[in-house]
Amino acid sequence: MAFEGLAERLQSTFDKMKGRGKVSEADVKEMMREVRLALLEADVNFKVVKKFVNDVKERAVGQEVMKSLTPGQQVIKVVNEELTALMGGEESKIAASRKPPTVVMLAGLQGAGKTTTVAKVANHLRKHHNRKPLLAAADIYRPAAIDQLETLGKQLDMPVYSKGTDASPVDIAKGAVEEAKEANCDYVLIDTAGRLHVDEELMDELQQVREAVEPEEILLVIDSMTGQDAVNVAESFHEQLEVTGAILTKLDGDTRGGAALSVREVTGVPIKFAGTGEKIDEIDVFHPERMASRILGMGDMLSLIEKAETSVDDERAKELQKKMKSADLTFDDFLEQLEQVRNMGPLDDLLQMMPGANKKAMKNIQVDESQIGRVEAIVRSMTKHEKDNPSVMNASRKRRIAKGSGTTIQDVNRLLKQFEDMKKMMKQMTGGNQKGKKKGKGGMQLPFLQ
Amino acid sequence: MGFFEKLKNKVTQQTDTVTEKFKEGLTKTRDSFAEQMNELFAQYRTVDEEFFEELEEILIGADAGVSTVMELIDELKEEARRRNIKDSKNIAPVITEKLAEKLDKTGDDASLNMQGDEMTVILFVGVNGVGKTTTIGKMAHSFKEEGKKVVMAAGDTFRAGAIEQLDVWGERVGVDVVKQQAGSDPAAVMYDAIQSARSKNADVLLCDTAGRLQNKVNLMKELEKVKRVISREIPSAPHEVLLVLDATTGQNAMSQAKTFQEATDVSGIALTKLDGTAKGGIVLAIRNELDIPVKLVGLGEKMDDMQPFDAEQFVYGLFRELVEEQAEESS
Repeated sequence: MAFEGLAERLQSTFDKMKGRGKVSEADVKEMMREVRLALLEADVNFKVVKKFVNDVKERAVGQEVMKSLTPGQQVIKVVNEELTALMGGEESKIAASRKPPTVVMLAGLQGAGKTTTVAKVANHLRKHHNRKPLLAAADIYRPAAIDQLETLGKQLDMPVYSKGTDASPVDIAKGAVEEAKEANCDYVLIDTAGRLHVDEELMDELQQVREAVEPEEILLVIDSMTGQDAVNVAESFHEQLEVTGAILTKLDGDTRGGAALSVREVTGVPIKFAGTGEKIDEIDVFHPERMASRILGMGDMLSLIEKAETSVDDERAKELQKKMKSADLTFDDFLEQLEQVRNMGPLDDLLQMMPGANKKAMKNIQVDESQIGRVEAIVRSMTKHEKDNPSVMNASRKRRIAKGSGTTIQDVNRLLKQFEDMKKMMKQMTGGNQKGKKKGKGGMQLPFLQ
Repeated sequence: MGFFEKLKNKVTQQTDTVTEKFKEGLTKTRDSFAEQMNELFAQYRTVDEEFFEELEEILIGADAGVSTVMELIDELKEEARRRNIKDSKNIAPVITEKLAEKLDKTGDDASLNMQGDEMTVILFVGVNGVGKTTTIGKMAHSFKEEGKKVVMAAGDTFRAGAIEQLDVWGERVGVDVVKQQAGSDPAAVMYDAIQSARSKNADVLLCDTAGRLQNKVNLMKELEKVKRVISREIPSAPHEVLLVLDATTGQNAMSQAKTFQEATDVSGIALTKLDGTAKGGIVLAIRNELDIPVKLVGLGEKMDDMQPFDAEQFVYGLFRELVEEQAEESS
């Protein structure tokens, strides 16, 4: 990464201020310089940065420092709060028309990810809101864009309305709405061709589609890696189409995503979804406060905590903890734990969400998911007896396990050693001193991340 | 002769169509950029701290990146002091000169590494949605115009519709596409493509790959494998590995360039979508920090809107009004 997290950058500035009771103007000025740089490096538009920094400066000067916070943390707190407020505060849901079908149109630059996002949103609507969407293929320009949507529709087993590349987008949109009524679909998601916001002809075409089918939602799809130009793009699309919301794509990359802030600031509309991966179910409702932390480089602790909460079964966790204490942890428990961690999502995702994930120490950590697959294979090649009593392991058993799992004896040995180490570690953590339990249930469940 | 005059002379020596392409393609880019620069020179008559602060913002606004911009500003300050420049108008040529210099460090290495007798293999890599397939289609068109025999390899077996997309380009341009089913191993597609291109006596093989975010370790490994397979079949290939970069991308482009370079030893950048308002200033930072040259630019949606990059044309495109105005004044 080209830059460090803001928290880290601010550290040296903080150190100088330790022990002071109030945040002085000079302190704030110095810190705001760092905040400004961090925001610029996160691709927040420079005009937005300017305004933001001025607002925060006013709020931060003269604030009493809370007992629990250092002056530096106090400033970060203010910055974070202001950013969250700017991002829209709370989550925003997709509209539902009183008279179905609800028409949703997606628009944006080329390559922002509109077609993929149409499929993802449709899947989200069906999965989480029990809706029945119809997809409309109105991108008649990009070669094979219709094929792409049709393929995605097939994967999802959802109807796709298309009329080839000779029909006009207006006719396609109209036809799709009619079709949805007949087929009792309650949502119509219209995919449109990517276009430059300065292309008048194509922007006109979008306006015509809008007039023809009067969508409840016009969502601007924007690549989270977009730079300073996000402001111009958002402004133009908003001016010409009055967008009702935005969708931020490719957030699973390592971009800070400052474009989110720029889009929000110039349009005032909420960001409704965030694309978080290549798979069709990798879309999330957008969480403004988490985005604020991400832009600042403070990690996405909240997301991590939530993921841990939903993925780890409470009862099982307690049972495991008991077992760890008594140190009769078996390989079955080990496997189960591995799966629970895995259920939380790809490990790199989890690591990224940890605060400090951008720090130097984390730089060289790369999670090799296939390594975990190997571990799983080894454990699954053990007999029940071996899993329950790891101590019975001998050379012949190891050989058999290595063969069965397609690994080497060295691999098996390494895993056995790791397992023993883990048992020891667990015993210490769950034993007399409670150091390891500080973080509550989330903290206990993540030995693989450390 | 001042830098502006030199620039103008050089540029006008080139064919008018190329200059025209850059002029047209960069219209939007230039409008906003030149407007800002003109405002800057109108507002600040003297070269002082405030002038530089404003300039810093304009450059950051072009996505050139904080550290590169600061470095550039320092150099400009130094230059202004050395040449004793007080009038803001006189520093304009220095700014363009520095920019061109930074974009074009070593002279003419922006041309593609084309092979004489052997088949030239070009591998295209990049994140999702930057325009790899479109770039390949346009390149196929221009190679074909030059009378070369071209084959395209449909190495994006992951994204729905990607193979069909390249197929459409193949038909449009009149070029063979080597493909397998969706979901098949991209390295196997490359192997096939090389065999097929060889038997057809092709001059150029253009290899498409699936878009991938650079922080996906497994996908980057897959890309390394694709490249390895190509090199195993033709030891000197791929002769070019072009990182396709969307001009609207911000600072993340640096991370893209770094990681793709590590994985596939990128030899150049194809900067796409420059016909919008995005300025693609990040290539300045990439050239500055990683020294990867820009080799191609996408200046529009038409088939022949992919042009070899020319730093002077690029800078001239941005500063055209200024250059012409000042060149006139001094002649």
